[in-house]
Amino acid sequence: MAESLQASAGAGHGPGAHGEGTRRDFLFLATGAVAAIGVVSLAWPFIDQMNPSADTLALSTTEIDISHVEVGQAITVLWRGKPVFVRHRTPEEIKEAEAVNVADLRDPQTDAQRVQKPEWLVMVGVCTHLGCVPLGQKPSDPKGEFGGWFCPCHGSQYDTSGRIRKGPAPRNLEIPAYTFETDTLLLVGAEAKKS
Amino acid sequence: MSTPKFKNPIVRWIDYRLPIFSFLDHEMHEYPTPKNLNYWWNFGSLAGLMLVIMIVSGIVLAMHYTPHVSMAFNSVEHIMRDVNYGWLIRYIHMNGGSMFFIVVYIHIFRGLYYGSYKKPRELLWMIGVVILLLMMATAFMGYVLPWGQMSFWGATVITNLFSAIPIVGKYIVSWLWGGFSIDNPTLNRFFSLHYLLPFVIVGVVVLHVLALHKHGSNNPLGIDTKGPQDSIPFHPYYTVKDYFGVGVFLIFYAALVFFSPNFFGEPDNYIPANPMATPTHIVPEWYFLPFYAILRAVPDIWFIEAKLGGVIAMFGSILLLFVLPWLDHSPVRSARFRPTYKWFFWILLVDCLVLGWVGANPPDALFHGVPFVVIGRIATAWYFIHFLIVLPLLGFFEKPRPLPTSISEPVLKGGGKLAGATAKPMEKA
Repeated sequence: MAESLQASAGAGHGPGAHGEGTRRDFLFLATGAVAAIGVVSLAWPFIDQMNPSADTLALSTTEIDISHVEVGQAITVLWRGKPVFVRHRTPEEIKEAEAVNVADLRDPQTDAQRVQKPEWLVMVGVCTHLGCVPLGQKPSDPKGEFGGWFCPCHGSQYDTSGRIRKGPAPRNLEIPAYTFETDTLLLVGAEAKKS
Repeated sequence: MSTPKFKNPIVRWIDYRLPIFSFLDHEMHEYPTPKNLNYWWNFGSLAGLMLVIMIVSGIVLAMHYTPHVSMAFNSVEHIMRDVNYGWLIRYIHMNGGSMFFIVVYIHIFRGLYYGSYKKPRELLWMIGVVILLLMMATAFMGYVLPWGQMSFWGATVITNLFSAIPIVGKYIVSWLWGGFSIDNPTLNRFFSLHYLLPFVIVGVVVLHVLALHKHGSNNPLGIDTKGPQDSIPFHPYYTVKDYFGVGVFLIFYAALVFFSPNFFGEPDNYIPANPMATPTHIVPEWYFLPFYAILRAVPDIWFIEAKLGGVIAMFGSILLLFVLPWLDHSPVRSARFRPTYKWFFWILLVDCLVLGWVGANPPDALFHGVPFVVIGRIATAWYFIHFLIVLPLLGFFEKPRPLPTSISEPVLKGGGKLAGATAKPMEKA
């Protein structure tokens, strides 16, 4: 019954019209297209709501005062819920980092590529293996064979430039986007700032 | 079933083991539906759509909301200002409550007009009343969550209803509160239940649809389908009609969300809850206004004090609907063939609107010199007279108009003779 009703209602064209869509086909497709556009455009707000909200984004940069960090000292600052290592390197540490043969590294990077000013090393303090926080910030911490950082979880060892030298981690410690606002004031996460 | 129903071999493989496709095909495709349903029959599927919209938008809101007295209000503002499209999702949910009740009230009055609660659909109707009660509880608790002034004082007033119960009342109230007033424990449990109850509603809706599909939809003539010539398959005929209704409905809904999102809201609810100061004029959401009017209408009667009387009347006005199939014992379903009932139906509708209007006004205010409480009493009395006196008497005294012999008859012959010939034209299909 449904078929016979549909066929007789197939407006305009006879049911035998070959290769041509009927007006009903057009209406059917047009309605479906409008519905699909509506559903997709409504789906986006429901997906986007899970992205970081405005108040979270507003807290996505952190200013760090480094005026009190003496040579050889390091501080750890929370930025976007993660620790940021800021190390005021000694001339020996800088020399050590620059002397490394880049070709031997697992994740080849020169020390100059990892710093803006050689005395200040700024890194995200999260091991690139599985996300633990490496030791090495405190003078009493183990620093590993390369005098940098040592991850207690699975034994990854980083040098004085934060590059991976030994252990399971695949990459060097990540360098966040940062700028020197003044000589003693760092702004970390500056890429998120529109101005 | 000798010829396989489905062409797709994967569908056939699954269906042989788990007949989900046969079930869907049976209930949503070939499901025979009376061919004379009018647009008032769209509101069932619209209610289903609203339930889905409310659950989806509600789950999203719960991702950003904090059910704590010191953070709830601010977390709602966080949703409005900070969360991506949070304003849109909250307005969808907030106005969705109103839209849900509009749709369901129309659905209920459609049932009243066309006698959809009569044999064999009594349980279908009663399950529907259960859904209404669950919706009311869910809506009430949801309104508390933003923790504004109306949230707090509405919750205070409604939970205090239970204190009217003799002897155990005050224990029930402190049990509901989890303390000595509406406070953090209350907010937490309301949030928990507000999240739970919609899924309970889904379960009861499944029962509602099961009961519906046992005997099929009622129809504007209120007579049973006599055979295949009286029905058409649900798909595509009613899917397309429902789909059209959804389009019109969503235009209305979207207009509210985008152009007047606070139309149904109370400005006082944008003031954080303050247990030290009650707003001067507390009103519930519009969909509770008729019941609120009934609550306030009852005076001291004999040994029942007004407070208890009001609570009994308010709950009674809904519980009454459970026995409606037996109060209205007229064998004729549709008001089209009940000349007297038709009038009483419209009077009842006006009566409910009057109750809503009274509920929105302070009880001691005057309308052309008449206190609203007096209007409320008359309207409340009529509500009960309608169900408890008018309907049972109509069953005895009303003389219904003659019913058509089949659904096809008035369609094909303008409501006249020719009972035998009606079936023929469609039968060859």
